[in-house]
Amino acid sequence: MHLDALLLSRLQFAFTIAFHIIFPSFSIGLACFLAVLEGLWLATKNEAFKVLYLFWIKVFAISFGMGVVTGVVLSYEIGTNWSVYAAAASPVIGPLLAFEVLAAFFMEASFLGVMLFGWRKVGPGLHFLASVLVAGGTLMSAFWIISANSWMQDPAGYVRLANGALRAADWGQVIFSPTFPLRLTHMVLAAFLTTALVVGAASAWRLLKDPEESESGLALKMAIGMFAIVAPLQLLVGDMSGKLVEKVQPAKLAAIEAFWDTQRGQAFHVVAWPDRAVAGNRWEVSIPKLGSLITAGSINAEIKGLKAFEPQDRPPVAVVFWAFRVMVGLGVAMIGLGAWGVWRIWRGDLARAAWFLRACVVMGPAGFVSVIAGWTVAEVGRQPYVVYGVLRTADAVSPVTRGEVSVSLVAFISIYALIFGFGALYILRLMAAGPHARAQPDMPIMVRPPGYALAAAPGEPEERS
Amino acid sequence: MNLDLPLIWAGLMAIAVLLYVMLDGFDLGIGILFPFARSSAERDTMMATVAPVWDGNETWLVLGGGGLFAAFPFAYAALMPALYIPIILMLLALILRGVAFEFRLHGRARSKPLWTAAFTAGSLTATLAQGLVLGGFIQGVTLRDLSFAGGRFDWLTPYSLLVAVGLVAGYALTGACWLVWRTEDALQGRARRWAWIALVCVAGLLAAVSMATLFVHAQVAERWGWNGRGFDLTKLARLSPIPLLGGAGLAAVAIGLRARSQGLPFAGAVAIFLSGYLGLAVGFFPDIVPYGMTFRQAANADNTLALLLIGGAVLLPAIFGYSLWVYWIFRGKVGADAGYH
Repeated sequence: MHLDALLLSRLQFAFTIAFHIIFPSFSIGLACFLAVLEGLWLATKNEAFKVLYLFWIKVFAISFGMGVVTGVVLSYEIGTNWSVYAAAASPVIGPLLAFEVLAAFFMEASFLGVMLFGWRKVGPGLHFLASVLVAGGTLMSAFWIISANSWMQDPAGYVRLANGALRAADWGQVIFSPTFPLRLTHMVLAAFLTTALVVGAASAWRLLKDPEESESGLALKMAIGMFAIVAPLQLLVGDMSGKLVEKVQPAKLAAIEAFWDTQRGQAFHVVAWPDRAVAGNRWEVSIPKLGSLITAGSINAEIKGLKAFEPQDRPPVAVVFWAFRVMVGLGVAMIGLGAWGVWRIWRGDLARAAWFLRACVVMGPAGFVSVIAGWTVAEVGRQPYVVYGVLRTADAVSPVTRGEVSVSLVAFISIYALIFGFGALYILRLMAAGPHARAQPDMPIMVRPPGYALAAAPGEPEERS
Repeated sequence: MNLDLPLIWAGLMAIAVLLYVMLDGFDLGIGILFPFARSSAERDTMMATVAPVWDGNETWLVLGGGGLFAAFPFAYAALMPALYIPIILMLLALILRGVAFEFRLHGRARSKPLWTAAFTAGSLTATLAQGLVLGGFIQGVTLRDLSFAGGRFDWLTPYSLLVAVGLVAGYALTGACWLVWRTEDALQGRARRWAWIALVCVAGLLAAVSMATLFVHAQVAERWGWNGRGFDLTKLARLSPIPLLGGAGLAAVAIGLRARSQGLPFAGAVAIFLSGYLGLAVGFFPDIVPYGMTFRQAANADNTLALLLIGGAVLLPAIFGYSLWVYWIFRGKVGADAGYH
C-alpha cells in the first residue's frame, strides 16, 4: 500500500517536472534572445530586429505562462508528496529554493508585465531594461534551482546531528557544491541550444515558404551561429560533467555506460540491452577500451561497474543508458547542423538550401528531447536516493494514500495534455504565420487584447508622444 | 545580534499570505465575475485590468509554499499532505486560470469560449479550494510527532464549505471593487451592481463564518471570550478593533458605492479582508499548524533562518519597490482599447 503511493508519487513528480522543464529551458534562451534583439534594435535601428522582437515575444508570452503555472505546482508538490524529504532537506537547501522565488520569480513576473504591456507606458530604455531583467531573472532561477539540485546529487557543506537531522555547516559549499558550476553551465547552454533550434526551425519553415523573408533569414543566421558555437562547447562541458560524475556518483556513471564489472580498459557500449535482473547486458555492440578513455581520459583507467554496489543501491540501468545516448546523439546532430549551416552561409545560398532548411525544421524539437533525456540521466541515475547517499527516495514520501495520488496523477495528465495541446497549437500557428502577420483575421482591429504583443507595439516615433 | 528569527519569519510569512489573498483575490474575483459580463469585449477589458500584474500577484503564493518550506519545514511537511486534495485541486485550477490569460487571445471562434469558461471555472475552483484549505487549517490538523496523522477527507466539513463559499463572495467583492476603481462607463456601472450584491453576501457570510469559528475549537472560543452562552466582555473588548475594522470596511464599501467613489470601495474591501485575516489569526496564534504545532516547533534551524533573513532583507524591499512601480506604471482607467496606450 505504502509502496504504491511511493511509486505513484514518483511517477507524478517525474511527469510534472519533466513537463515543466520544457518551458524554462525554452524561456531562458528566448528571454536572452529577446533582450539581445531589443538591444540590437536600439543600437542599430535596424527594423528587422524590432520585427523579430515583436514576433518572438508573442511566443514567449505563451511559453512563459505555461512555465509559470506548471512551476507553481512544484513548490507545493514537494510538500504534498515528499514531506519527509522536505522536512529533512530544508535546513540545508530551503534557502536556495526560497531565493529562487525571491530573487528570480518576482523579478520575472513583474517585469514581464512591463515587457508585454509597457511599450506605451515606459520609454525605450526602461523597456529594454525590463527585457534584460526578465532574462536575468530566468538565469537567476536556473542558478538557484541547479544549485539545490546539485547539492542533492553530491551533498557538501553539511553535518548530520546526533538525532539524524541535517544542518548546513558551510553555506558556500552548500550553494557551490562540487558539481554545480559545470551542471549550471550545461543547463544554460542546453537552454540556449533548445531556443536556437526552435528559432531555427520556425525561421527555416518561413524561408521554405518565402526565401525572400529577410527577417527569417536573419533569425536563422543567428540560430546557426548559436549551433556552431554552443553545440561543440556543450559537448565539451558535458564531457567534463561526465568525468566529474565518475568521481562523485560512480554508480550513475556505471549505469550511463552499462558497466557491470569493475575493470581497467572498459569497453564502450555503443548500444546495449542492460538488464538488472541478470546483472549484465543481454547483448551489446562495443568498442574495446574506449569506455575507460571516454569516462576517465585513459585507456587503462579502472572504472567501477555496477556490481561494485549492492543490488539495492544500483540505479535503473536501461533508462539511464538509453536516455544518455539520446541526449548525446542529438547533441552530435546539433553540431552537424551547425557545421552544415555555416557552410551554407559561406556558400551564400542559405535561404534557398531546401534540404538544410528541412533539416532545421526536423531538428526543431531536438533540444526539448535532449533536455528531458539529460534530466532523466541526472535524476534516475541518482536513484535509489533522493539526496545522494543521504536519503533514500523510498523513505522520503508523504503519508498520503494510493487513492489520493492516483486521482491527482490522472488529473495532472489530463490537464497538462489539454494545455500542452492548445499551447503547442497556438505557438505553431504563430510560427507558421511568421513575423509579418499583423493581426489575426477574425480579430477586430479596435479591440487590442492584452498580451497581443503586436497590438502593444510602439508606433512610429512621431506617434509616440 | 539576538534576533527572534522564528518570530520574524512568522511575521513575514503572515504578510506574504495576506498579500497573496488580497492581490490574487481581485484577480480571482474577476474570473468569478466573468460570466456576468455583457460581451466578449467587456471580458477583454476586465482581463486587461489585471493582465500586467496577475503573474506577480500569484508569485506571493509561490512564496507562501517556498517560504513555508524554507522557514517552517515541519509545518510545510504536515500541512501539505493533510490538505492534499484541496491543494492539488487549487494548483490544477490555477493552471487553467493562468493559461487562459494568453490562450483566450489566441483562441479563435471555437476555442476562445473554451478559455473564457476555463478562466471562470479555474478562478472559481481555485477560490473554493483555497477556502477548503483555509477551513481545514482553522478547524485543526491531526498530528503525531509533528507529522500529519489524520484522514484524507478531514478538511471536508460543513465549516470548511462555509469558509469556501465565504471566500468566493470575498474575492468577488474585491474583484468588483477593483473593476469600479479601474474601469469606466457601462462596465463600471455593472461592477458597482456586482459589488453591491457581493457586499450583501460578504456581510452575511462574514457573520456566519465568525460565529461558526467560535465552535470549531475550544481555544478559539476562549480567546474571544465565548463561554457557550455569552461573551466575556472584557476579552471581547480587547479584540473589538478587529470586528470594528471589518464593520468599517463594509461601511466604506457601501458609502463608496453610494457616493460613486472610484477607490473607496476597494479600500473598504481591503479592510474587510484584513479584519477577517486578523480575526482568524487571533484564534490559532502562535500555532502554525492548529492546534498542535507552534511556529517555534515548526521553525527551521537558526543558521538557515539567518541566511534566509539576509536574503530577505536585500530582496524583499526590492520586490516591494518594483512591484509598486509596476502598479504605478499601469495605473489609471483601463478602457476597451487596453494594451495600446
